[in-house]
Amino acid sequence: MTATDTGPLFLVLLFPLLAAALAPLLTSALGHRAAWPLALAPAAAFAIVAANGGGVSAGQPLLFGFDWIPSLGIRFSFRLDGLSFAFALLVTGIGAAVVLYAGGYLKGHPGQGRFFSFILMFMAAMVGLVLADDLMTLLVYWELTSITSFLLIGFDHERERARRGAIQALVITGGGGLALMAGLILIRWATGLSSMSEILGSGEALRQSAYYVPVLALILVAAFTKSAQVPFHVWLPNAMEAPTPVSAYLHSATMVKAGVYLLMRLNPALGDTAAWETILPLFGGATLITGALLALAQTDMKLILAYTTVASLGLMIMLIGAGSETAVEGAVLYLLAHALFKGGLFMVAGSVDHGAGTRDLTALGGLRRAMPITFAAALLGALSMGGLPPFFGFLAKEETYSGLAGLDTRALILTGVAVAGNALMFSAAFLVALKPFLGKQPETIHHPHEGPVLLWIGPMTLGLVGLVAALGASFTHHVVSSPMASAVMGEAVDIHAVIAFHWGVPLMLSLLTVGLGIALYLAAGPVRAVLQKAVTGVGWGPDRGFDQAMGGLVRLAFSVTRWLQSGRLDFYMTTVFVIVAAALLLPMIAFGGLPTVPGVPALEFYEWTVLFMAAAGVILVLITRNRLTAIVSLGVQGFGVALLFMFMGAPDLSFTQFMVETLSVVILALVMTRLRVAVDDHRPWIQVVPDATIAVAAGAGFGLLLLAVTQMPFNAALSDFFIRHSYAIAHGHNIVNVIIVDFRGIDTMGEIGVVMVTGLAILALIRIRVGRRAPAMPDPTETTP
Amino acid sequence: MEVALSALVALFFGAAVYLLLSKHIIRMLLGMVFLGNAVNLLIFTTGRVASVAPPVIPEGATVPPDAVANPLPQALILTAIVISFSFFAFLLVLAYRAYQDIGTDDTDKMRLAEPEERGLPPLGY
Amino acid sequence: MKSIIFRFTAPYLSVLMLVFSVFVLLRGHNEPGGGFIGGLIAASAFAIYGIAAGVASVRRALTFHPMAIAASGLVLAVLSGVLSLPLGDRFLTAQWAFPKIFGEELALSTPLFFDIGVYLVVTGAITSIALALEERDHD
Repeated sequence: MTATDTGPLFLVLLFPLLAAALAPLLTSALGHRAAWPLALAPAAAFAIVAANGGGVSAGQPLLFGFDWIPSLGIRFSFRLDGLSFAFALLVTGIGAAVVLYAGGYLKGHPGQGRFFSFILMFMAAMVGLVLADDLMTLLVYWELTSITSFLLIGFDHERERARRGAIQALVITGGGGLALMAGLILIRWATGLSSMSEILGSGEALRQSAYYVPVLALILVAAFTKSAQVPFHVWLPNAMEAPTPVSAYLHSATMVKAGVYLLMRLNPALGDTAAWETILPLFGGATLITGALLALAQTDMKLILAYTTVASLGLMIMLIGAGSETAVEGAVLYLLAHALFKGGLFMVAGSVDHGAGTRDLTALGGLRRAMPITFAAALLGALSMGGLPPFFGFLAKEETYSGLAGLDTRALILTGVAVAGNALMFSAAFLVALKPFLGKQPETIHHPHEGPVLLWIGPMTLGLVGLVAALGASFTHHVVSSPMASAVMGEAVDIHAVIAFHWGVPLMLSLLTVGLGIALYLAAGPVRAVLQKAVTGVGWGPDRGFDQAMGGLVRLAFSVTRWLQSGRLDFYMTTVFVIVAAALLLPMIAFGGLPTVPGVPALEFYEWTVLFMAAAGVILVLITRNRLTAIVSLGVQGFGVALLFMFMGAPDLSFTQFMVETLSVVILALVMTRLRVAVDDHRPWIQVVPDATIAVAAGAGFGLLLLAVTQMPFNAALSDFFIRHSYAIAHGHNIVNVIIVDFRGIDTMGEIGVVMVTGLAILALIRIRVGRRAPAMPDPTETTP
Repeated sequence: MEVALSALVALFFGAAVYLLLSKHIIRMLLGMVFLGNAVNLLIFTTGRVASVAPPVIPEGATVPPDAVANPLPQALILTAIVISFSFFAFLLVLAYRAYQDIGTDDTDKMRLAEPEERGLPPLGY
Repeated sequence: MKSIIFRFTAPYLSVLMLVFSVFVLLRGHNEPGGGFIGGLIAASAFAIYGIAAGVASVRRALTFHPMAIAASGLVLAVLSGVLSLPLGDRFLTAQWAFPKIFGEELALSTPLFFDIGVYLVVTGAITSIALALEERDHD
């Protein structure tokens, strides 16, 4: 727990952020070559993570962090175990490759510095997400990945399709983020645990808890939205509007795996239940088949890859939920393989676009001579994706099949789905890797050329890593895959899969897959035609549904706003006073707070006179049609109130009221002589009745409230304090004045501030008018200091 | 006395609300004056009217010899009176300026901020 | 205003009201009165003077812009509150001093200066409002 031995690990979180801050400066100084120094940040982070691998592979998780909000028990804490180790390596390693690739891909783009900044910010968020231990820390980083993803998809923000893709991704993954927040809070509420480390240790308590089902549902919504499972998958293909480095990084290798990560992370706590093993394979399988079929319906290389990514994510989810240890091992291996080959293939698609000017398969061909290195990188990726030896994808597929194969119905279905999905993806992989490079070069492509070193170093490296990792499989398993699988299973697991032929069910399934895949590849044209016809035939999909939902939201908001904010002041006023009257009267009636009926008060004659004077002034203002009468009546009621204060022991109030009423009448008269409008009521009878009803109800409400209050016992403690201490403490005989300038001086300070601001506001209102009519005539006295 | 004052407060509030429901700014201004007075009287009355002697300590004494009127609501109302006056002046000038520029004191016709015809906002992204 | 009598008497009336306003302000701590009332009386004095002799002459007589007077009042009020800080008390804690000047004990206190600040703010702000509205008559 101490920060001394894990101190450098904080740098893993910090380096990408620092680089993000520096990126715009560096890019304006070095241009696209800034990619080299910027890639050092993820590379250094990679090295630090790797250096801590010894303890992790020995099964010793490293914990580090500090208290964040101690009063709520929230920490800013992290955990490096097998699972987060593998993810952190992928995020930083592929991150370095992607930064280099972006240096070449966006060379000369005016927003390149911004792009570097965004993608490094995303990297910081993703590293934090996979390392987070405290639940709230996890949530914060999860949301940060959604936001940075939004920025990256919408990078080319002058195109509407990019904006749409960005908003769609944000709405869907952001909605999942809300579900995650609710789920994590519910976990904490149900178990009292606030960190992953604690939760992993008490999975049984969580599974037995009454809240297991809602927790599971919320977590699954979060994972499925982030990892693009049907029917939330639509945002992922639309996110292809982002520049290709983003697709390679976020939307294949890292962010879309956050949902898979979450499920792997929580597998020891939430897994191993009937619900888990039903829902996950169901959605995963559906996603696998849907994604793989849709992939073959596309002609854009990036879209093909995007849909196969959807399919791969489905396969991983299915494997996590399959329930056997070997299936989880398969998921782990497939995740690693997929990050390597899919990231590389996306970069290849970008390079082809860069070199030949299009990504459309039907317009591509014969690029092998012009772009040999890209072709090699494409082959490395596709062979791994197709699951052919001696690539890492082969290990993943073998392990997948041995994890799924069985004789009961469920196993047969899952195996069938996996074989079908893999065969479809096999053909998609080679469509992307072979079609643009083989055959005759169409005449529409002019001067195809290999990209600069920045463009091919990334995909080549990833492809070669996929090969080397498989050849040195036992080392890979020892350092990365086995600790990762152990963390997912919650117990020590050893993966043994190596590149060797074992006759058995898995190999036969592999052969079946490859055979089917080749057949599909050869029939790619007709298959695409059939699929496209089917897609057009269905017509409606979640993507169009999204548009309809957003449009509906705008319309709903518009009509609600229209209704609530009609733009008519009298409507607003009516609403306010109806509520005021209801709030006053209904509780009194409902809960029996009405005052007892009082008798007619016994008052002196002069008191009656003054009350009558005030009342008469009010009523006269209400009914008069004459401006002068209205002004005078207003003064009469004010003086009536002033006299009331006088008779009730408030000389200060009385004086003030007299002065204010005088000034009010004067300025009202000044304005009314200019404002040539009648003061009488213009209301038709149809309006007088409801208005009067509301007025009577509100007036009665206040009157009854006041009466009820005065019938209650009076607590004079505060007033007595002021009366007793006015002279003793504050040396003043006038208690009211002492309260104003001494006891409650800070109130008064605020109040004279208000008076001051009102004065300024009135001057401003008048100045606007002066400025408009006679700008060249400043008031000479205004400039006097 | 509290009973009579409660009735007066009810009248003030009722009149203020009725005037504020008008569509004419000048009527609403008059309503604001009533509303200020109504609130002041309300606060005053909740402090009770037990004694009508002004809350002033005679020379030479340290506490008032007899019961005095409650000084606390008086202090609150004193500042409130001045503030409601400056508020009233502000509204008056605002109404006057609006009348000069828009040419009406009918709030239904003052639609600069929220125009009558607001089309559906753009549905794109 | 056309009335010659009003024009002739208004300056004297205004001066009387101003003197009275200061009197009301200063006695406020011990008898009914104080900064708010005094300020309102002073503002009325200027308003009356303005109606009688025109706004321009009031502005000349004041020398300072009314809002400047109000602002100086706010500053005075804040300063009288700040004074207690270096003495170790909280903001706005009253400080008292009873210096003897010409053998008479004079009660000086921060609440007194605070009240003078209130007086200046109310005078300045409301005079400013009144004069602004009176100026209307000329356009």
